[in-house]
Amino acid sequence: MTNSISEVAKAGCIFVIGSNISATHPITGRQINRAIKDGAKLILVDPRETMLFPKADIWLRIRPGTDVALLNGMARVIVEEKLWDETFVKERCDGFEKLKATLMELDPNLVADVTGIPYDQIAEAARIYATTSPATILYAMGITQHSHGTDNVKALANLALLTGNIGKPSTGVNPLRGQNNVQGACDMGALPNVFPGYQSVENSTIRKKFEKAWGCRLSSSPGLTLTEVFEAVDSNRVKALYIIGENPILTEADTTFVEKAISHLELFIVQDLFLTETAMLADIVLPAATFAEKDGTFTNSERRVQRVRKAIEPVGNSRVDWEIICDIARHMKAKGFDFESPEEIMEEIRALTPSYKGITYERIDSVGLQWPCPDVEHPGTPYLHKEAFSTPNGRGQLMPVSYLPPAESTSHEYPLILATGRSTFHYHATLSRKVAGLNVLGGGESVEINPVDADALEVENDETVKIISRRGTVWAKAKISTRTPPGVVYMTFHYAEMPTNVLTHSALDPIAKIPEFKVCAVKVEREIDYRKEFLGWGHGKSAPTKS
Amino acid sequence: MSDISITINGLQVKAQEGATVLGAAQKAGIYIPTLCHCPDLTPEGVCRICLVKINNKKKLHPACRTPVQDGMAVVTDDAEIERVRRVTLELLLSDHDFNCLLCSKSGSCRLQELVNRIGYDESRLNRLNLVAKNLPIDNSNPFFSFNPNKCILCGICVRTCREISGVGAIDMAYRGYNMKVSTFGDKPLKGSVCVSCGECVERCPTAALIPKEELFPTRRVKTICAFCGVGCGLYLGVRGNKVVRAKGDRISSVNRGGLCVRGRYGYRFIHSNSRLSSPLVRAYDHLSSSRKINETENQDKPLTAPLIKQKDRFVEVSWDQVIKYVASTLMHYKGKQFAAFSSAKCTNEENYIFQKFVRTVMETNNIDHCARL
Repeated sequence: MTNSISEVAKAGCIFVIGSNISATHPITGRQINRAIKDGAKLILVDPRETMLFPKADIWLRIRPGTDVALLNGMARVIVEEKLWDETFVKERCDGFEKLKATLMELDPNLVADVTGIPYDQIAEAARIYATTSPATILYAMGITQHSHGTDNVKALANLALLTGNIGKPSTGVNPLRGQNNVQGACDMGALPNVFPGYQSVENSTIRKKFEKAWGCRLSSSPGLTLTEVFEAVDSNRVKALYIIGENPILTEADTTFVEKAISHLELFIVQDLFLTETAMLADIVLPAATFAEKDGTFTNSERRVQRVRKAIEPVGNSRVDWEIICDIARHMKAKGFDFESPEEIMEEIRALTPSYKGITYERIDSVGLQWPCPDVEHPGTPYLHKEAFSTPNGRGQLMPVSYLPPAESTSHEYPLILATGRSTFHYHATLSRKVAGLNVLGGGESVEINPVDADALEVENDETVKIISRRGTVWAKAKISTRTPPGVVYMTFHYAEMPTNVLTHSALDPIAKIPEFKVCAVKVEREIDYRKEFLGWGHGKSAPTKS
Repeated sequence: MSDISITINGLQVKAQEGATVLGAAQKAGIYIPTLCHCPDLTPEGVCRICLVKINNKKKLHPACRTPVQDGMAVVTDDAEIERVRRVTLELLLSDHDFNCLLCSKSGSCRLQELVNRIGYDESRLNRLNLVAKNLPIDNSNPFFSFNPNKCILCGICVRTCREISGVGAIDMAYRGYNMKVSTFGDKPLKGSVCVSCGECVERCPTAALIPKEELFPTRRVKTICAFCGVGCGLYLGVRGNKVVRAKGDRISSVNRGGLCVRGRYGYRFIHSNSRLSSPLVRAYDHLSSSRKINETENQDKPLTAPLIKQKDRFVEVSWDQVIKYVASTLMHYKGKQFAAFSSAKCTNEENYIFQKFVRTVMETNNIDHCARL
């Protein structure tokens, strides 16, 4: 996030796009409630009627995967009606003329056609966003999990730059991170192209710095991304895979392919809390410890590094992850893995990561600090880009983006679009499923379908239906609801019993390499039990009457 | 906002303009009993316990809803106020299911505290029609239960649901003596729009809303929630080597004491029966062989070692064995043929160590994690 979570409450306009925030990030959702209570405007863009809908000033029911068209349409209105912040753009941005030219070429009718939203509504949303200050954009996987997710984010950034809604409190372009420490994992260089602190592996000065610190030679070619690894495994280029705390068999797109790829591995190590669906396929499974059993730090969405403390001893014979890795490294005769405590590791991180330099365990004892924090006197950074942007010339780049349709389109055979998401009661695929009460509340997998489509298919509520995509089939109970628009069905992906990601498409965004979880073409079929329905055999009774 | 001066019980007290009488008194360290008041919520003034006398007028005002005015003279305690409070409390007690000895809220119950502070007249209480309501207890929610017989209709839960959670799953229903807190259509909580965040349970002054199967912790540890990326501050209550409770951390600027259903009750995965307790190695063959034999590919090749092929069967091994085995096997897979996924669930330190391990020991940049999923 460019800004802080608590700043949302003070925003004048909140633009929520592609996020079922009340279900996935309830605590951030409460900040929105607080802002609305103080008179903030809420613009909601979502194909589904989410829990925020009753509070929204304007709700744009967008056709899945057409976000760029909508955002370009909004930008056009802002430019056309001269609602843009001229001084901000002049002082801090490049590329306005080029963007303007591209936007002016847009056909408003086409925008309305593509997105399925009347143009005057788009214009209204643009006016609210541009004229209410400060305005903040909150988005989640509904924006990024597309084959053109990067373009979506660029289009959002254009809006923020045009209206000067960045680099100030309660503004910004704010991705809501899904996992507790996904920000920290990125910061720490658990990425194929960068060292800790987003320092490129291709830059030779940076590489030299790390080679000196770690005392070894380092590879200069960026590695494979998670989504690419399975391709490489499938073609035997990668032979050994070591996974910590992840369950790609449920969470990757097109899981049938993932499972097939894993069967080609020569060595497959999984380090996890549970014998997950992925761990079941492993050669070696190492039992790890939970967050309550170790010391360390997590970095949240708003870049706040906070202390995690050990509450209990590791359960059973499990061990803390860093100890396991250090142990293996020492057995491989590697140097630089003799740590006594996480604090010692943090000291090494601080020395090599400029943005973490001022973050010590002592300083974050009670509330945590937001990076960049370049020295031990620095108070942390609640919002980014105050003075300059992190581009080579320090100026914001307005980048024209053009709308591209999703990688998979509906066809006569697969007429519906499947979007996936999280429910209020579950989290991803593993942790929350181990809590009996959450399973009771979660209820089990269901497919949300609009009454229009349900009628056409003659599907009844709570009836088990088959959902078929080009890649696989799953069964789920139909939940007939107007929450989902006609032509779209919605499922979660929490259930190993019915792995929704068998269906999803593994088309990747070319830059971010994120799979397109939010759009895949499916068909829904009734699961007709002929015996029961027509003949009444095998029940020991007369044929049941269909109610 | 400027400071104004009022007198409470004859004492000169400074108060901020716009503050309530209750707020001013609490700031000055003067106790006014309250029941339906909760600092996080807008005051509603329904319990009539905090009644005070203002400028010696006959009419009593609820302190929680009365704004201070310059020169105001407040009396928080005199014989008349005491009598009114006592009767109010007796009326609350008259249909309350006060089986305090067996009540898990005993000791932290606000109603009990008020009975001790204000007292009641036993003979008068006996004259009131002491009929327990005997309404059914709603046990549908797996994390907490709602016992309307212990409810005093203070409305804290209703306001919490509306103001804090922004859900509005419950409200007051029916009239007069039949009034109760209810979901839409008086359905069980589980079938309502309730998101089970437990904020109401946290604030309920009596045992009407009470968590299920929670032990009292013996110590608490400040940490961070391990579910989503919001990073809420959390206190884990520990008893022995078991986490038994989670509570929001009020100091945290992120959640200010609030939690969602996953944060408050999701910690239970820590003690799930399906936790792995020992390193496992697949029982394909003996430990020294690193190769998994591909069934179809190797059908025609002669066997070189005895194999125990048992699909989905693991054998437990010791940490020493497994670390040695992993270390020796990984030696053969250095470079581009190795890939690793770190975890967004692990700490920064662990992610750092793992990427360092992959980059320096395994000599490849094939490290990623689930940011894209």
